[in-house]
Amino acid sequence: MKQHPSYWAFVVHRVSGVCLAAFLPFHFWALGNALQLESFLAWTQQPLVKLGEWLIVVALAAHLGGGLRVLALEFLPWRDWQKGLAAVAAALTLGVGLAFALAL
Amino acid sequence: MTFRGEARLWIAQRASAVVLALCVAVHLVTIVYAVRSGLNAAEILARTRGSVAWFAFYSLFVLAVTVHAPIGLRSVLGEWAGWRGRSRDFALLLFAAFLAWIGMRAVLGVFA
Repeated sequence: MKQHPSYWAFVVHRVSGVCLAAFLPFHFWALGNALQLESFLAWTQQPLVKLGEWLIVVALAAHLGGGLRVLALEFLPWRDWQKGLAAVAAALTLGVGLAFALAL
Repeated sequence: MTFRGEARLWIAQRASAVVLALCVAVHLVTIVYAVRSGLNAAEILARTRGSVAWFAFYSLFVLAVTVHAPIGLRSVLGEWAGWRGRSRDFALLLFAAFLAWIGMRAVLGVFA
């Protein structure tokens, strides 16, 4: 079973969801201190912080792709193309990851 | 939890997922645009503050996250950490309340 793409789609969806849930309070806390936003943005210029930002944006895209896959599997009538949904989710994640990396 | 309660959580998780799919897509485009433009804090806040549409959009985003994240964590805690029962649900209810509070604090800070 662990060889199957659907298993890895499940694991990536779940792990990215846990990472996002852990990240959200820090994200909200930083945005809530909008008056100190300039110094916070300066702090985010560090390479390691940029790497962390990239990873969390990729996790967000992966969770979106994985979530759309789950919704399509559960709510749309079964069709053969649904076997390829894990690849579509991976492509979406890669696309967003590249777009954000180019924008950084 | 009763079967009916579990079914309600399942529906809430899927309904919030549909809302979040739209919100996250918009958010990702906004992030890439803001980073590409190299906006500084003053420019960001000048664009966001007083915008009723963005305030409403991100309020809906926070509300959907407040529903979605704790229900998702509930499955993970039950299946991967073996934590079930009322103590788990109570802890997640507190987490949901915390997310709603700190999330709306962020929305008010950036958009109000």
